[in-house]
Amino acid sequence: MPRLLRHVLSFLLLAFLPVFAAHAQLTIEIVGGAGTAIPIVIVPFESESNFPLGITGIVGADLTRSGLFKLVDYAGVSPRPTRAEDIQPAVWRARNADAVVAGSMRSLSDGRVEVRFGLVDVVKQTVLVTMSYTVTPQQFRVTAHKIADIIYEKLTGDPGIFSTRIAYITKQGPRYQLLVADADGADPQTIVTSNEPLLSPKWSPDGSRLAYVSFENKKPVVYVQSLATGQRMAVANFRGSNSSPAWSPDGRRLAVTLTKDGSSQIYIVSADGGSAARLLTSSGIDTEAAFTPDGGAILFTSDRGGTPQIYRASVNGGGAERLTFDGDYNVSARPLPDGKGFAFVHRAANRYQIALMDYATRQVQVLTDGPDDLSPSVAPNSKLIIYANEGGGRGILAAVSSDGRVKQRLVAPSADVREPAWGPLPRQ
Amino acid sequence: MRNLLSAAFIAVVLAGCQSTPTQESAPVEDKSATATTPGGASTGGTSSTGVSGTSGTSNPLRDPSNILSKRSVYFDFDSYVVRDEFKPLVEAHGRYLQSNRNARMTIQGNADERGSHEYNLALGQRRADSVKRMMTLLGATDTQIETVSFGKEKPRNQGHDEVAWAENRRDDMVYAGE
Repeated sequence: MPRLLRHVLSFLLLAFLPVFAAHAQLTIEIVGGAGTAIPIVIVPFESESNFPLGITGIVGADLTRSGLFKLVDYAGVSPRPTRAEDIQPAVWRARNADAVVAGSMRSLSDGRVEVRFGLVDVVKQTVLVTMSYTVTPQQFRVTAHKIADIIYEKLTGDPGIFSTRIAYITKQGPRYQLLVADADGADPQTIVTSNEPLLSPKWSPDGSRLAYVSFENKKPVVYVQSLATGQRMAVANFRGSNSSPAWSPDGRRLAVTLTKDGSSQIYIVSADGGSAARLLTSSGIDTEAAFTPDGGAILFTSDRGGTPQIYRASVNGGGAERLTFDGDYNVSARPLPDGKGFAFVHRAANRYQIALMDYATRQVQVLTDGPDDLSPSVAPNSKLIIYANEGGGRGILAAVSSDGRVKQRLVAPSADVREPAWGPLPRQ
Repeated sequence: MRNLLSAAFIAVVLAGCQSTPTQESAPVEDKSATATTPGGASTGGTSSTGVSGTSGTSNPLRDPSNILSKRSVYFDFDSYVVRDEFKPLVEAHGRYLQSNRNARMTIQGNADERGSHEYNLALGQRRADSVKRMMTLLGATDTQIETVSFGKEKPRNQGHDEVAWAENRRDDMVYAGE
């Protein structure tokens, strides 16, 4: 790319990004869509214009971003429906809509706001859900994500992930930061800042803690940090390298890679620290452990067969089973929460691509084009995989649906972004 | 405007995807005489002052004409095998450690920027361990040599091409006190 054009584009980014995303460090761009997006109308809620942030704009953005929905125009319909029972299916079927959302907002005397909405399937002519919330204006964004989650689940059958958070690492000059943001990139919070590398953030299953690797003591050490208090503890700080943390599904233990006894091998430590118990033994490299959702096994990367490949082993001992055979570099396995397979990094013709293996068929589906797609992390509904495209030292985050059809890019204004980790569903 | 900007983003991203790295490793010059310790990677240990005991005037570790002043070993892509061309260098340091029992060394393993952060961390460790193993076979002791890995996190060459990658697939040997 010509340098001048790059400068012009940089200027465009700097000049216009704040307009689109005053609250967001990451801005999401859709670069592909499902073949069969659900046409949905989201009618602005009654009295919504009295509230600056509003609700329906965020709901519509969430649903559009998933790639599974396309917004149908409501202009010209009068009167606008404000309740599920006001929605006249024939009016919306004429616009080829399959579903319609309508609602209202009302100020209460204590300063809070009552938000009501209904979702109607105008094809089957049935009310799918009606809900009401009483919230403060500061909770509008959270409420909008909740509404989007409900609509997504009612219309697709899968849990929505708009209320989840993501963690990621940025590098700006010599400075590394571990950040946590909403899944739409809004409200980024700095968790750790260091002048030495930070690596491998991993959410505890309840979303209250992050494990990560820091080089601040001139070598890799695994820390666990509480998001609520900021307090942290070194849970693996043995002789040699300590890296690649992975939480057990009960949140009580971590698999880690240690070199205290020689080459990189996988051990289990308590989430409160203490001694390390060796889980597996090989003569080569074993690393990148990840527990299966039932906690009974780990997937990991090993070069025991001559090239780095993904293996599975029981946590109770016994042999390891090789799972990947296609190509000479398959690493970074991340099990799908639904237990049906795993995402991983597959190298083919020098391109690092995100791929998916299905346990039942043992088929590998390559989901991205590369050339430097790394660090996959699977959304809690198993439908989206976030990853980093690190090409050229200017990493950006991207996401791809697990069927490969929908692609998004999460663009940060200036930093080199890497190693995303998708957090769990919030506790109800 | 938004569509225009989206197109611009995609254009940037697509443009960034054009390079197709080759797997062959380019010939590499040993630049270690000029660049020894990567910033911020010093390790504590006992000083090696006075252990050379040869002429008393020149330290062989710092004499540019002495092979011991060279400190970097380079590796092939995906490999932790010490190439033949670097064996004399590793052997010289192994013999130095054998005859200078107070000397302590840290071997820092590194990887190029391609591929998994964590696997590269393990690969860098393995590269450092490969050199350590050769030295201990020549008589250096286990306690004299510590190995660490920076993986792909501390590239000496900040570039994104085969020349940079070849330079970053590297072990650095750093004596305590340096």
